Amino acid sequence: MTTTLHDDAGPDTVRAPSPVAARLHRTGVRVLSALGVIWAAATFTFFIQALLPGDRATLLLNQLTGQIQERTAGELAPINARYGFDDPLLVQYADFITGLLRGNLGMSYQLYKPVTEVIGDQVLPTIALTFSALAVAWVIAVVFTVATVKRVPWLSSLASAIEAFAAGLPQYWLGVILLVVFALGLGAFPVVGGTGLASLVLPALTLGIPLAGFLGQTIRSEFDAALDQPFTLTARMRGMGDTQVRLRHVLRHSVLPGITLSGWAMGALFSGAVIAENIFSRPGLGKVLVTAVNSRDLPVVCGVVILVAVIYVVANLLVDLAYTLIDPRMKTA
Amino acid sequence: MTTTAILSDDATTAAPPATPVPRRLLAVEHLDVSFASGHGRSARSNHVVKDVSLSLEAGACLAIVGESGSGKSVTARTLVGLPGSGARVTAGRLEVAGRSALGRPERSWRRIRGKDIGFILQDALVSLDPLRPVGREIEESLRLHGTTNAAARRAKVLELLASVGVPEPELRARQRPDELSGGLRQRALIASAIALDPGLVIADEPTTALDVTVQAQVLDLLAGMKERGTGIVLISHDLSVVARLADHVAVMQGGAIVEQGPVDQILGDPRHEYTRALLDAVPSAHTRGVPLTSAGRESMGAAAGRVRIDRPAGAPAVLRAEHLSKSYKGPDGRFATVVDDVSFELRAGETLGIVGESGSGKSTTAKIALAMLDPDAGRVLLDGQPWTELTTSQRRPRRRTVTSVYQDPLSSFDPRWNAERILLDALDAGAFSTAAAQRGRIVELAAAVGLAEEHLAKHPLQLSGGQRQRLAIARALAPEPEVIVLDEAVSALDVSVQAQVLDLLTDLQQRFGLSYLFISHDLGVIHHMSDRVLVMKDGRAVEQGDADEVFTNPQHPYTRELLASVPRVELAGSVD
Repeated sequence: MTTTLHDDAGPDTVRAPSPVAARLHRTGVRVLSALGVIWAAATFTFFIQALLPGDRATLLLNQLTGQIQERTAGELAPINARYGFDDPLLVQYADFITGLLRGNLGMSYQLYKPVTEVIGDQVLPTIALTFSALAVAWVIAVVFTVATVKRVPWLSSLASAIEAFAAGLPQYWLGVILLVVFALGLGAFPVVGGTGLASLVLPALTLGIPLAGFLGQTIRSEFDAALDQPFTLTARMRGMGDTQVRLRHVLRHSVLPGITLSGWAMGALFSGAVIAENIFSRPGLGKVLVTAVNSRDLPVVCGVVILVAVIYVVANLLVDLAYTLIDPRMKTA
Repeated sequence: MTTTAILSDDATTAAPPATPVPRRLLAVEHLDVSFASGHGRSARSNHVVKDVSLSLEAGACLAIVGESGSGKSVTARTLVGLPGSGARVTAGRLEVAGRSALGRPERSWRRIRGKDIGFILQDALVSLDPLRPVGREIEESLRLHGTTNAAARRAKVLELLASVGVPEPELRARQRPDELSGGLRQRALIASAIALDPGLVIADEPTTALDVTVQAQVLDLLAGMKERGTGIVLISHDLSVVARLADHVAVMQGGAIVEQGPVDQILGDPRHEYTRALLDAVPSAHTRGVPLTSAGRESMGAAAGRVRIDRPAGAPAVLRAEHLSKSYKGPDGRFATVVDDVSFELRAGETLGIVGESGSGKSTTAKIALAMLDPDAGRVLLDGQPWTELTTSQRRPRRRTVTSVYQDPLSSFDPRWNAERILLDALDAGAFSTAAAQRGRIVELAAAVGLAEEHLAKHPLQLSGGQRQRLAIARALAPEPEVIVLDEAVSALDVSVQAQVLDLLTDLQQRFGLSYLFISHDLGVIHHMSDRVLVMKDGRAVEQGDADEVFTNPQHPYTRELLASVPRVELAGSVD
């Protein structure tokens, strides 16, 4: 109305860079920091690999032969030369980083295959599991919240208690229970392996139910607060019913903290996948990781760690994007 | 909703069709609303609305006036079947929009909400969904009541926005409330309430939180609707708004109607003591120099009723601002000048009022005067000495000379401290040799602002709004300042509490020879309090001078616009 401060700001107004340049600047900073996170993860895993106690050449040779014994210098020399273990640490690091840039993560000690190939073969089932677990968690949390917040007092308290209980469930235990009840007992789902949709249900529930508990608890308080906002009263005054008010107005206001949590959960689900894949004998990175750790197949372990870092970074970029979609006010703030 | 008295049938609505009397929109008799709280043995019933009877005809406006907690909002919400959870509603008769509302099921309420009754809340920034474009909100009303064709809905939204005076409706419909100015978003809120042209509109504080010129526009809009035959129930604490729109006024206190009648009678010749107290409490030009409360009249203006002393014109300036400027980088990356070449002088013992609308730069000016914010250009002198140019450490010994009181003291108190601790913190600790002397000073301060000793043990949350503001004033007094900056210090208070606090401020000024820099958007309050005024618009000081002169003979067109927008209560001989 009368507050036209921006329009007639006077001749001494200093013009800042254009909005486009500002946005490019912001995007640039974000991409750089994302690359920084991946670089830090890669560097960290490299030095762990190089500085861990135990001679790497001995380790490798023992694995090749299946024996555990001290090796002579003569035996180790060709291995050291081949893998560059004799080079100064910084040279090894430079080789590692340049390899990484070319998409080369080294060779698996155990499988004699490039690490990228080992991971590439198994990554899809894990990604499918992670995303379905996240989806399951969101569906459960949203349905539960919309249905129970501020209805009858005892129902809200009960629902909140159930959520807290779900959040505290150990995934391993939950997975076994689900397996015993639904696969072995009721025969509703396949017990072992498989790649179809049916085989995804129980593992996704195993990871999704505890996460749903966390999500529900985060969304619940926001949902509760948003229900008391004047705009919900305005909506009711228009003749809107309670369920519609909850779905069309209140829900959107309450999901932001849940979105933040999801960015973190992507990383947690990836590690949780190890458990679920183990229980349900699913193919996936979990199994690769467990085997690699047990046999000290360090290049594979590093590859998985770097992959998790990448997924983490991408998930958080998606979270930022979702934020501005859900709350457009954040664009200008 | 529980009902005990259920009408026999809908026969009461079948008025003889040929009668020339206007359509009856509201017939309420003996309405009671109470809320249950607690369970089992601790269950208590809170009686919020007591024996209220109201009526309204098409083309008329009924105002329900009262302070916060008087039950006026609950009454309004009961009329649309949304009194709140746990409410128990009983009435001898409750007819809304021609139909009995007692025992009406929720489903049936939903059909008439929005369609037969429109409801307007205050502050569209939170009363419209802040995440959605306003066009979607207006469209929702249409969608809920059967306009299935999306294109037809969109066309109607633009038509509605245009009809409530929103320019460029295509653009505005796509914007969110926070992207619109206060006036535009309040219009959008009104458009969403009247989308289906309801015969009855209930407006709950529709202009509270709006600037005075915007308030005038919104009131004109409502007046236009009334002329076209809409019945309006106006809920307000602001008697001047009521005077501008209402035909009939009901005054509520503690859940009951203490007095009701035609607007001229209630405002011009009030019978009930409470109504009279409410009217006297409104600060304005009439009340200049007169205490607003009966208590104030007893304690201060014993003899003549006038407390203001005319000060010699040559009083020294305690605070002098010279050519202050301040700009900020806005969200779009551009710099906006918030304060632009503002100069003023605050003389010893006087009140300088700074008035302007939101965004006019008055609070930024206050922060610079307090040396909380460095100006980009210009300076402030305190008692003729440099003030804003000092470094923080140089300034510290003189900090106590200028103190401040804000609109919302709650956020400026540590919630874990009690009142005594808050005052102790504000005292100059070195000045007291014994704890007893310190305690004595705290009690003295509390007494000066009208707080009893038992209040000192309480925490800010346990105090009422008025008591909190008294505590904030005591804190500002504690270091024995020369100047107090009052930034919207009474704006959040109910009119009668505001009157008490204003009387207190006047009294303290007399006793301690204080100078006030008094900032407010309320012209009535400014005129009541100020010796001189400074009118700000868009960061500039457009006019300043003697208060009476500025208010009776404004020179700048903006000041004239501002004054013309102020709704007034006609006080026929209530002040003498």
